[in-house]
Amino acid sequence: MNDPSFTTFLFGQLSWGALPFVRAWRDPNISEIIGAGAGAIVVLGAFGAIALITYLRAWKFLWTEWFTSLDHKKIGIMYVVLAGIMLSRALIEAVLIRTQQAVAINAPGYVQPEHFAQLFTTHGSIMIFFMAMPFLTGLMNYVVPMQIGARDMAFPYLNSVGFWLTVAGAGLMMVSLAVGQFSTGGWSGYPPYTELNFSGGPGPDYWIWAVTLSSLGSSTVGINIACTIYKFRAPGMTFFRLPLFCWTSLCTAILMIFAMPPLTVATLLLAADRYAGMHFFTDDGGGNMMNYVNLFWLFGHPEVYIVVLPAFGVYSEVISAFSSKELYGYKSLIIATMAIAILSFTVWLHHFFTMGQSASVNAAFGIATMTIGIPTGVKIYDWILTMFRGEVRFTPSMVLSLAFMVTFVLGGFTGIILATPPLDYMMHNTLFLVAHFHNMLIPGTLYGLLAGYMFWFPKAFGFRLNEGWGWISAGCWISGFYLAFFPLYVLGASGMARRTQQVFDPAFRPWLLIALFGAFLLLTALITLFVQLYVSIRDRHANAVPVGDPWDARGLEWSVSAPPPEWNFATIPHVGDRDAFYWRKRAGGAYRPADHYRDIELPRNTACGVIIGIAAAALCFGLVWRIWWMAVLFGFLVVATVIIRSFMRDVTRTIPAAEVEEADRRWLAQAHAARPVPREQEQSGLNQGRAKIFPQPTAKHA
Amino acid sequence: MTATTVGPALLHAGLNLDHASREEAAQVQSDVFGFWVFLMSDAVVFALLFALFGTSLEATAGGPDLAGVVKLGPAFIETMLLLASSFSFGMGSVMLKRGAKPRLMKHFRPAVLWLALTWVLGVAFLGMEVNDFATMAREGATPDRSFFLSAFSVLVGTHGMHVLIGIIWMPVLLLQLAAGGLDRPLKVNMIRLSLFWHFLDIVWIAIFSVVYLQGALR
Repeated sequence: MNDPSFTTFLFGQLSWGALPFVRAWRDPNISEIIGAGAGAIVVLGAFGAIALITYLRAWKFLWTEWFTSLDHKKIGIMYVVLAGIMLSRALIEAVLIRTQQAVAINAPGYVQPEHFAQLFTTHGSIMIFFMAMPFLTGLMNYVVPMQIGARDMAFPYLNSVGFWLTVAGAGLMMVSLAVGQFSTGGWSGYPPYTELNFSGGPGPDYWIWAVTLSSLGSSTVGINIACTIYKFRAPGMTFFRLPLFCWTSLCTAILMIFAMPPLTVATLLLAADRYAGMHFFTDDGGGNMMNYVNLFWLFGHPEVYIVVLPAFGVYSEVISAFSSKELYGYKSLIIATMAIAILSFTVWLHHFFTMGQSASVNAAFGIATMTIGIPTGVKIYDWILTMFRGEVRFTPSMVLSLAFMVTFVLGGFTGIILATPPLDYMMHNTLFLVAHFHNMLIPGTLYGLLAGYMFWFPKAFGFRLNEGWGWISAGCWISGFYLAFFPLYVLGASGMARRTQQVFDPAFRPWLLIALFGAFLLLTALITLFVQLYVSIRDRHANAVPVGDPWDARGLEWSVSAPPPEWNFATIPHVGDRDAFYWRKRAGGAYRPADHYRDIELPRNTACGVIIGIAAAALCFGLVWRIWWMAVLFGFLVVATVIIRSFMRDVTRTIPAAEVEEADRRWLAQAHAARPVPREQEQSGLNQGRAKIFPQPTAKHA
Repeated sequence: MTATTVGPALLHAGLNLDHASREEAAQVQSDVFGFWVFLMSDAVVFALLFALFGTSLEATAGGPDLAGVVKLGPAFIETMLLLASSFSFGMGSVMLKRGAKPRLMKHFRPAVLWLALTWVLGVAFLGMEVNDFATMAREGATPDRSFFLSAFSVLVGTHGMHVLIGIIWMPVLLLQLAAGGLDRPLKVNMIRLSLFWHFLDIVWIAIFSVVYLQGALR
């Protein structure tokens, strides 16, 4: 049994030293203790969750109602929950990063360089791949089918597989806290540093496989969303009647289809270098790391718009709904979205102006980069003009949207600075860059996702989120952002390099302390977000909006109960105009029973998605630690599950017409009994989800 | 989709939907369309591997170069095998399309035979390719020798992996045919497999032109 070759066969490169607890025991310094603490939180958190679920006897419920579900709404919610968990971890890491830099001025600080590098690597990787991507995917999953009048996605089973692959990737990220170390190569994982010669441990392998799983998951999402919008729009829902969120989702999906393959190729070729001794990006053997950099940013720049465009869609919905006005410049917004999507493929080189191309190549990409400012500017003006003379209500979603408009424009200005190659030579790899992209992604993605979460939450769960805590949270997100990142512009312009574990210029101290304070404000923002959720769940009966239209909103998703029935629509709606439900309400056509109800066919639950996800996670864990039997066994399990599923024929179930009718009539009775609320009472307990309709002089159908 | 058609329009070669309802036809359309989109995404993977291959030609690190590793003879035979397999898959599709009607069950046999032939040709192709790589390895041209050999192996090898997937996929579908007859999901999967198989043919044509012909001309 103690034969070393047998142990190696069984456990690969896994050893006791891989556990942070053992490392902290052997070498108890604060850095290792933090590592062990983080590992302990993961382990305790996992056991705590398992114990709680067991105590509540909720396993069967979770399994049958959620994990195995193919309902796009439930998968969407699970995506958002995953994003929330990962956001919490990555935000705590951000606070640790800021704390380290603030205290490590001519001092060692409290985390060692190796550990600090892991912090910024996981922070970046999680925020992009396991926070932003799942969050926006969750919103698209939930909202898009409902907005286009469909009952599910085009590929419900693929949807489940994609979700569980993403969970598998996120799981690997979490496991890396408790077993081994993560990569120290930054979220972009540049070779040759991430090659075996320089990063020998399991770190880059964790990064490679976590990102690959997420990338594959996102590819399936792209295909699914695009097909759903192309093929499953309700009758009359022409492209120029689609809500803007669907347009931005479509563009995002197209970007995912074309931009995820370069990432998959980049990570897998890096894996080929590390596992098979190939020479794609190595120093020797003719390898060329520039190929990696090009591949990575061929993905990376479209990725920026993958995470930004859905937020633009959310803002369009939120601003239009809370201004009670049709979107200004609907078609120009679509053209701008499409233009951004296409231009996003032409600018990847601005991520590495300093890597030795000729000046004219840099100039071409610099100009292309600045060009993106034009369609983005169009959008900002359109949103401003949508509010103009509208009946604007300052709900938390709207506050976040307004903050976005101001902040994002400021970030755009610093983007113009960075897009100018000579200036970029000054700013490259400084905190100026860090400030810039946080300035784009926090308002451009996170605010949008949070605004969308607060906007659609009542639809998904049937009660409003507490506005008071919403405002507090929005206020913290906004002020926290300014305090945390504007000092970084100053620091970057003064020459402070990014990703430094120690700082040697005491003049930086005040700015670093302000940034640290901002980071704590952002953490407060996250905590208040959870408080808001808790308070809202506690007061759910007082804030219930079962009729489903709490904001006098516009799209088809508001035309059904909250939460919506499993089948979304009792009958597939016919669409005659843009903002279909808004005008239907005003024409008196809302809350009417169907002429006749029909049986509805829905996808049956399946465990295949979960099995594939778990097996893929185990496969990748085996690959990380070179436990070959594990990799082979679970790789085989993935393939076998795919094949077995293809033999299954009984994959749908039918909801009888009577059940649909009963549910629909129950909801209609509720709707008719509800007292319609005017807009000024929307945020009070009087709101039951039915809007009071005022005559509108400009109404199209008046 | 026109709302008035009750019977199916033959939207995809080889797809005979018989008397599908409107929803069913729409579902099938989407199922096949989604696979086209996937292939497009997959094509991006190959495009990138071709680009890498292009940048790798000089990066031989003193090892074998393209002219040294390319053997046009076997590559030509492989091309013929793959093209023939595409033809036989096409014949299989035509037979299956006719076989969709119960009274034309007799078409099943030739369909299965054509698909079996496709499978044999695919296996022969893969066998020859593996042999090529083994020959290269014996001559010291292994993927870990240089960037060029890495790029060469991964480009050709990725195509080979795809062929392998097709070779696993085909008997799976034939088993389903034997088990449950030609029902709607199987028809859709047959169309997907045929798209996949023809797509691999196109990729191979590109590989033959860019890799093998270039090597022979150098």
